[in-house]
Amino acid sequence: MSRDVAVVAFAQTKHTGEDAGLTEVELLAPVITEIKQATGLNRFGFTCSGSLDYLAGAPFSFVSALDTVGAWPPISESHVEMDGAWALYEAWARLRHGDVDTALVYGFGKSTQGSLRELMTLQLDPYYLAPLGPDQVSLAALQARAFLDAGHKEDDLRAVAARSRAAGRANPYALDLPDPADEGYEVAPLRPHDCAPITDGAAAVVLAAGDRARELSERPAWIRGIDHRIEAHSLGARDLSRSESAALAAERAGARDVEVAELHAQFSHEELMLREAIGLADGVRVNPSGGPLAANPVMATGLIRIGEAASWIHRGEARRTLGHAASGPCLQHNLVCVLEA
Amino acid sequence: MPSEPSDRSEPLVAEHVLEFPGGYTRSVGPVIGRFLTELRDGRLVGVRTASGGVLFPPAEYDADGEAVTDEYVEVGPGGTVTSWSWVSRPRATHPLDRPFAWALIRPDGADTALLHALDVGTFEPGADPPRSLRTGMRVRPSFRAERTGSIRDIACFRPDVTMITAPSRAEYRLNAGRALTRFLDGVSEGRLLGHRCDVCGKVYVPMRGLCPVDGVPTTEEVEVADTGTVTTFAVNNIPDPRAPQVPFVSAYILLDGSDISLLALVAGIDADRVRMGMRVKAAWKPREEWGRTMENIRWFEPTGEPDVPFDAIKEYL
Amino acid sequence: MGEPCAVIGVGQTEYRTKRTDVSIAGLVREAALRALEDAGLTFKDIDAVVIGKAPDLFEGVMMPEAYLADALGARGKPMIRVHTAGSVGGSTALVAASLVQAGVHDRVLVVAWEKQSESNATWALSTHPPLSPTIVVGAGGYFAPHIRAYMRRTGAPDHIGTLVAVKDRQNALKNPYAHLRIPGISREMVESTPMLWEPIRYLETCPSSDGAAAMVLASESAARRAPNPPAWVHGTAMRSEPIFFAGRDTVSPQAGKDCAADVYRQAGITDPRRELDCAEVYVPFSWYEPMWLENLGFCGEGEGWKLTESGATGLDGDIPWNASGGVLSSNPIGASGLIRFAEAALQVRGLAGEHQVEGARRALGHAYGGGAQFYAMWVVGSDRP
Repeated sequence: MSRDVAVVAFAQTKHTGEDAGLTEVELLAPVITEIKQATGLNRFGFTCSGSLDYLAGAPFSFVSALDTVGAWPPISESHVEMDGAWALYEAWARLRHGDVDTALVYGFGKSTQGSLRELMTLQLDPYYLAPLGPDQVSLAALQARAFLDAGHKEDDLRAVAARSRAAGRANPYALDLPDPADEGYEVAPLRPHDCAPITDGAAAVVLAAGDRARELSERPAWIRGIDHRIEAHSLGARDLSRSESAALAAERAGARDVEVAELHAQFSHEELMLREAIGLADGVRVNPSGGPLAANPVMATGLIRIGEAASWIHRGEARRTLGHAASGPCLQHNLVCVLEA
Repeated sequence: MPSEPSDRSEPLVAEHVLEFPGGYTRSVGPVIGRFLTELRDGRLVGVRTASGGVLFPPAEYDADGEAVTDEYVEVGPGGTVTSWSWVSRPRATHPLDRPFAWALIRPDGADTALLHALDVGTFEPGADPPRSLRTGMRVRPSFRAERTGSIRDIACFRPDVTMITAPSRAEYRLNAGRALTRFLDGVSEGRLLGHRCDVCGKVYVPMRGLCPVDGVPTTEEVEVADTGTVTTFAVNNIPDPRAPQVPFVSAYILLDGSDISLLALVAGIDADRVRMGMRVKAAWKPREEWGRTMENIRWFEPTGEPDVPFDAIKEYL
Repeated sequence: MGEPCAVIGVGQTEYRTKRTDVSIAGLVREAALRALEDAGLTFKDIDAVVIGKAPDLFEGVMMPEAYLADALGARGKPMIRVHTAGSVGGSTALVAASLVQAGVHDRVLVVAWEKQSESNATWALSTHPPLSPTIVVGAGGYFAPHIRAYMRRTGAPDHIGTLVAVKDRQNALKNPYAHLRIPGISREMVESTPMLWEPIRYLETCPSSDGAAAMVLASESAARRAPNPPAWVHGTAMRSEPIFFAGRDTVSPQAGKDCAADVYRQAGITDPRRELDCAEVYVPFSWYEPMWLENLGFCGEGEGWKLTESGATGLDGDIPWNASGGVLSSNPIGASGLIRFAEAALQVRGLAGEHQVEGARRALGHAYGGGAQFYAMWVVGSDRP
């Protein structure tokens, strides 16, 4: 059984860098309303979401989020404790069964409520790593060092940050962040502008299969390949200067000849590493939305990459694009989705 | 206790200490000497017996009196407890000043055991032996940093590491959000607010700003009464700091004017007299204690009105 | 339903209050390696890994798929972490099956676990944000009022819950992995235990367990090469409904009925009591057996307690429920649903050992979670559908 599945709609919040006084549910609800209106759909064959209890500070953050969907009569629904991009992967597989034609996918998170940098420590090996307390930026910087040592320059990182922030200022959904200033290191070799900002936000995507996709969208963004791979957790067991799992996922997803790539790079060097791993040619437009360095609503950031990549096709401005999502410390887990008009 | 006869003279006593100044000087011989020298370096060695076993701690002879060989064998450091006793009130001479076990410990690779102190954690004087202390448990020596070549170079033995504690604390500043803020603002004025859904017409208290059934935003504000009906309940026998006593009742209460029941405490009545269909009213704290919190309502209490018949509430279960 | 899918390997750990003899990785590997052994495979043969567990707060390891990738041989493979509250074990199995049914993979390893002894389930489940407009009670406090409503609605006598508590623990004595093994378990023993959340007595509740369970799910071509008989997937379904809404039937939620109807339709079942040979159903409080008997269509409304009372759900009854001892006997929360799915598979493979239901050819696996709002179910059979 193998049916063509497409991204037919995408919606996101105007992401904020500070707490806007809304709950996760209140952030998400308008996005769900918007995407229902955009597609004219009120019911979906399958629904899947991605969120993180530790961002909310309480278990079962997905329970109240279900209120936004209107799950009555009861719906076929599931949830991953991962970025919404993996919820999209689960929904994509579900649509291939052939019995349902549409899927609603969403992801949401409020990073401003807690200390994201330290929260991410909790996903490390609980015996050898977490008790030492290394934070997310420190580990990313460790990887940045390995990457720089392999023959790259700090100026290359600054250029990524400058381009991303400029693009973000032109994107109404991203934050308004100034050009990188001369500032000290956050954790050397990373400077504050090399690190994705703390952001609140939500996003939703509608997938549809076959003819249903053609009915729902003038220009469906067909998923031509989607794959994800995880690599070893232990940093000491990896070559940190390259992303083996991103390269593998890209190869499996058929990541060739794309015009636009939206990469889930939360730190400047990650964009450069991912370009190499995925094998993007020099002419490819990378993160024209500004990418995570301009808005990083954790648990939605990866889904937004796929949504943004699909939007180029929806608008008829590109024929083949790529969305990427990452998870785990130092790009441990990578997902690549290739979309085509 | 009977008092001492007063016509007896006090016993005559005097302090006395028997202590050889500076301590005895003992020669240890080649076998014990080897053991203590290795011990000073942080290693445990036994000696091979004529019959092929490993004697630990080593001596010139085995238990049968047979001379040992001159082959030394490194053993341990891990070992197994073969027997133990529990000292709940240590003496001054003991190696530890808090409750501990004496244990016979056979290091891996040895055929005989060593007596030493076994530290299994911190306990109050007089404590019973902990359940973790048992024959067969795995232990290792804890060497002193400064060693001199003495059996006390091992401060004590300790259980193998089987558990670590992982403190974990995450701090948040949680925003109640638009809908809940509005609701709690109402509660701070003694009002219970909800929303009516445009589509289904149902009233949700507290409001969430959306209807979970229709998945649409809601905005029409409705104030409901602080009286209602118990639809169903549990009698809780597990203490809870919020409840006035044990047992206490947690109940679903359908406020008059609301279409959804609210989980809250019921008090002011014996738990065994609470009924499905019972009418209740909010018991507010004194007004001066009110804040923007549902804790303004301590719990719900019976109104004394007649019960609502089951048929009238069965759609709310 | 897509491509055919079969269970070719099942592995379980011993379920205990505290599995202090292993790390988290050691626990999940114990189940995974047993499942691989049953399937005659090694980690190298696996295409993808799907893991599930209840809230990360239980062990304080956030998004644990990252840390467990190496331990489960997932390096260089796809790995997914599912979380749907108490139904998660079932949902995790369904996500893994979906990958096979979608034609994406041939052999998927699915693992679910909980190591509850690392913290305290009551703490993890009652942790709630300040400002909450309602009181937060644990699972017992949440479900007891719904049980009371069931009793009132159907007129069920008080001792029905006791019967289930005894029956499931008697079954557990035949299951070497079960946590609660109480020789001589009897009605008197259950009735002598204290009321925790009236009407729920202590021995009418599930234990807190450490444990893991795993399965290897395979495509048809891979199943044909398996050394032991496969259990074929005849139907899969998930359903969710909101936790609070006006007019919600909390005793027999619509999502459960719809989920059952969907899975029966796929399996061609119209009369579950007659057409299924046994069922492994998520019963964490004894009263949920009669409640789910009705919700899942094994009898009419109000008749569930009579079916339980008649002994029909006993190991020697006409429709044995929870021959393994069920959640009442072993409850590593995140794994409990997967254990139901795996035990259903063991029954139709004829590999359930001492608690085998004689001649079982079709079985239901069931899990639910949240405020009885999330459902996952599958029907498995000895024959390829």
